[in-house]
Amino acid sequence: MALYFFTPFIAILLTILGGGIIFYILGFNPIEALKFYFITPIANLYGFSELLLKATPLCLIAIGLSFCFKSNNWNIGAEGQLTFGAIVGGGVALLFYNQEGFYILPLVIIAGAIGGMIFALIPAILKTYFNTNEILVSLMLVYVSKLLLDYLVVGPWSNPEGFNFPETRQFSNSSRMPLLFEGLRIHAGIFLALAAVMLSWFILYKTYLGFQIKVSGLSLKTAKYAGFKGKTMILVVFMISGACAGLAGVGEITGPIGQLHRMVSPDYGFTAIIVAFLGRLNPFGIIFASLVVALTYLGAETAQIFLQIPKYTGQVFQGMILFFLLASDYLLFFKVKILNLKKNELRN
Amino acid sequence: MSLEISFIGILIGSIMASSVPLILAASGELITERSGVLNLGVEGMMIIGAISGFALMVITDNLFIAIVGSMLSGVIISLIFGFLTQSLLTNHVATGLALTIFGIGLSAMLGKNFVGIPGKEFPILFSSLRESIPFFGPILFGHSIILYFAFTLPFLTNYFLKKTKLGLVVRAVGDSPVSASNQGINVILVRYCCILYGGAMCGLAGAYLSLIYTPQWIENMTAGRGWIALALVVFATWSPIKVLIGALIFGGITILQLHMQAIGFRIPVQFLSALPYLMTIIVLVVISRDSRKIKLNTPTSLGRIFYKEK
Repeated sequence: MALYFFTPFIAILLTILGGGIIFYILGFNPIEALKFYFITPIANLYGFSELLLKATPLCLIAIGLSFCFKSNNWNIGAEGQLTFGAIVGGGVALLFYNQEGFYILPLVIIAGAIGGMIFALIPAILKTYFNTNEILVSLMLVYVSKLLLDYLVVGPWSNPEGFNFPETRQFSNSSRMPLLFEGLRIHAGIFLALAAVMLSWFILYKTYLGFQIKVSGLSLKTAKYAGFKGKTMILVVFMISGACAGLAGVGEITGPIGQLHRMVSPDYGFTAIIVAFLGRLNPFGIIFASLVVALTYLGAETAQIFLQIPKYTGQVFQGMILFFLLASDYLLFFKVKILNLKKNELRN
Repeated sequence: MSLEISFIGILIGSIMASSVPLILAASGELITERSGVLNLGVEGMMIIGAISGFALMVITDNLFIAIVGSMLSGVIISLIFGFLTQSLLTNHVATGLALTIFGIGLSAMLGKNFVGIPGKEFPILFSSLRESIPFFGPILFGHSIILYFAFTLPFLTNYFLKKTKLGLVVRAVGDSPVSASNQGINVILVRYCCILYGGAMCGLAGAYLSLIYTPQWIENMTAGRGWIALALVVFATWSPIKVLIGALIFGGITILQLHMQAIGFRIPVQFLSALPYLMTIIVLVVISRDSRKIKLNTPTSLGRIFYKEK
């Protein structure tokens, strides 16, 4: 069990090592490049605030995904649920673009969560009632939601005074997340993420629903035998997951962005899958993992500025983390096997 | 009248061209999945094939090396997936996703110095026949050799799976790895081979994009085609011939939306672009509803980890 939570650290170390090798091959001084990547971005208060800003959506989405993955539901379309949440939440914010009022932000946030939830229900309903593969459906919907957003920001929702830029009006101040500190971009959305962590810990470890989810993940047959309502559970975990992704989307548009445009998310929905795995689907593990993965985003931006390395290196690091994490799981698997052998020997 | 007919001929020709990467990638993935392995890394392998093909073409100025190199790069990157899932017994879905994310990142890194370089013209076959025969000319002639290969591949794949002993081995491994193993078949080895073959075909599909279809390197240029190819395999219920039909339908929608835009058809571009994705979902619903239909062709052990007790 200790090893289970220890291997993510091995994976991170190996990724840093692998990154160093790649930088060396590309002709950079690996130590210096890694310093630009992992230390420079968070060496000051502003950088640290940026780290939390990027970790917030990753953490929120990964918390939601942990419900799906724990129960063996492969929702990989969180990016689409995020986008649709941003569309619905953004639509509400645009309704109030010239109004102020304390009630606006809560409305926008709730709308976003509901949007994500509805969008996640599509693969869930198709899976439960039509037996379709949720991996493919949730993924296809990512592209559908992105095209819908694209249509809205260039078409009906585009800013009438915006000189045909593909973006909507600016939201009013009442639709914006309150900033936590003057001059930093970190906003109140981080409390949503922390609340999600606490709530998910409570649901997963202290409620009957959480018990059902864990049992279904370990063995579907056992779950059936125990008489759990499998279909309801699938719908519920997808709704939780979609709502979290929708919240992340709303957090982005009411936080740092302040309007709708084509790029509401740099693939946070996909990267959060890595976060969920790296955090071992454990609420507190996910906090840690979201900070690590957020650093790969920041590091990629810093490396692009200082070393002219394309910012896509972030994805190389993210891919490597998951590779190494999965590979190091072999250690665990191997241990399980040895134990089994011993049991057999005892029986003989 | 004759103008319209020749226009339709050209239209069909361009639909065929746009379906080539889908046919190649989906045929490769089909073999991989038939052996019981679900590789979600198609997009990543395609984009790696696209950049390696283009880079090799710029460096060596030799199209043959570029094509072979792109296939090799697909093999190498799929080897990561094979090693993890087959030797280290990792989860197929997660590993495939990692492969796609890694591949997109790595391709952008490798392609940094190749952005904006114009591509080289790829030789086309029978170009004189294309002009001289109305209607059938643009459909049958004047294509690259890769297109002709792509259009025979589903038939070859079908023959391989149904008529050859090796094909039977692949199907046995996918349907019942335990019995196959008991028959003395090296399940892991067969799956490795199928994964690497899938990698080669995805690499080739990527090279088709960067060398022939849009002859240049653009970051993220596969633009979701890998995911469509994955959907296609399910759409075709793991049958190679239906992959060909599905690819033509999806290629057709892509081309049709371009022409409808040109004519000034009053449907927003984005809705037409969303059509292939929505179609895939609808088809998935239709075929999955009938559990007998999907069971008939689905490799039984798809995505499940197999290991041999020692």
